[in-house]
Amino acid sequence: MTAEPGWTPDQPIVSVKGVRKSFGDNEVLKGVGFDVMKGEVICIIGPSGSGKSTLIRCINGLNEIDEGSIKVEGQEVHDPALDKLALRRKVGMVFQQYNLFPHKTALENVMMAPVLVLKQPKAEVEARARKLMAKVRLEGKEHQYPGELSGGQQQRVAIARSLAMNPDVMLFDEVTAALDPETVKEVLVTIKDLAAEGMTCLLVTHEMGFAREVADHIYFTDRGVIVEHGPPETFFTEARDPRTREFLSQIL
Amino acid sequence: MDAVAEYFRELAEIAPRWNFIWMYDERQQGKILSGLWMTVQLSVACVAFSVVIGLVGAWMQGARSRIVRAIVQAYIQFFRNTPPFVQLLFFYFALGQFTPTHSPDGWLEVPIISNVGWAIISLSFFAGAFNVEIFRAGIEAVPESTQEAAESLGFTRLQIYLYVVLPLAFRVCLPSLNNNLVNLVKTTTQAFAIAVPELLYQSVSIWNDYPSAQYPTMLLLFVIYILLVAVLVFGMTKWEHAMRIPGYGR
Repeated sequence: MTAEPGWTPDQPIVSVKGVRKSFGDNEVLKGVGFDVMKGEVICIIGPSGSGKSTLIRCINGLNEIDEGSIKVEGQEVHDPALDKLALRRKVGMVFQQYNLFPHKTALENVMMAPVLVLKQPKAEVEARARKLMAKVRLEGKEHQYPGELSGGQQQRVAIARSLAMNPDVMLFDEVTAALDPETVKEVLVTIKDLAAEGMTCLLVTHEMGFAREVADHIYFTDRGVIVEHGPPETFFTEARDPRTREFLSQIL
Repeated sequence: MDAVAEYFRELAEIAPRWNFIWMYDERQQGKILSGLWMTVQLSVACVAFSVVIGLVGAWMQGARSRIVRAIVQAYIQFFRNTPPFVQLLFFYFALGQFTPTHSPDGWLEVPIISNVGWAIISLSFFAGAFNVEIFRAGIEAVPESTQEAAESLGFTRLQIYLYVVLPLAFRVCLPSLNNNLVNLVKTTTQAFAIAVPELLYQSVSIWNDYPSAQYPTMLLLFVIYILLVAVLVFGMTKWEHAMRIPGYGR
């Protein structure tokens, strides 16, 4: 896994500048920019349709951007010459709907990418996958199929599956939005553990309590722009923009 | 066994329209068996090739190139919208003209592709056109989001197709694939027209020699095809059960 020459860990690990993105006539991102340093936890909040998910999907190249630049470890994500595989080894992604492979057991889900994509030896991958299953507190569920697991358990398998690729950055796209309230916590605890270990995390979330507790920096987006941002200590109490205030008053 | 053969020999004398000749005449029995064997071989080859054609075609339908997609579409339209019987005749008589020949003994010119070869090619392409559509329907049933997850893990397009889309699509389309393959097995009888010595061909040759054996041989044809299809359906159902995923799709 090589970073772009010239990139050093004291520079932003993810750097987003002036990103614009339209779906047809609908411009969902209208010039968004921010930097994430290694080990930081960033939460992106905002009303539905404000472009949060699109933004995060652009970072690992699932959506193309129309304008601007996104760099991961100094490498331009939307460079047509980019080796997408190299990017995706650096950036892990967890989705709202878990998106596990339903025909594979939990353990196989975790093992698949390292074996197929990284061509690592199976035995080695399996040992690591079992450790990851334990890390997300799913020991004993290795041989269950996704359909036999609860939403929270499936989401934790999805996190383990992403971690198996040893990413430098993890993207979480509203990962608790589809879960029952009781299982939300088990997923958040897993993410919190990751953050505590120093994993760089970008989360799109509606869990304000969680954002407050875990985030180093919070960005509030509305209608395709970043309206306001700040560390959680001040963000929730000293929001200046009326849109942020209105949103927070509805949600808190 | 002799008693059974004796019974049918006597029956043929009492009821001249019910000459179950292959029950006592070894030569006719041999024809039935060799015809059956040819039908089984034809069926297995056509099933295998048509499934491969279906898989490749469905993969090509997802290609970025518009030309590739148009070619697949043209192929499907042609083979689906014209009678398989006419296709078979066209392949054998028209295309057969242009295929190179070889001469194993220095005298006879033998075409490289035999009539059996043409039957397999023609019927496989015919059933393959339907298989492409069947697999496509299965592929469309695989959620985009599942493929995106694989994409975000660094899978290539081929890996996504082979390890995620196909295994899931296959489960969805097994019932309709089953239907098409049953049809295919029955359609192998049309190879009769280009003198492939399959079951129908041999049966007709029996009742041309022995008109008294016509009705019994027709009955036999029904029974054999029912059994052949039953074996296929049994296998497919077993497969469907074996592929069932705990907790999925119910």
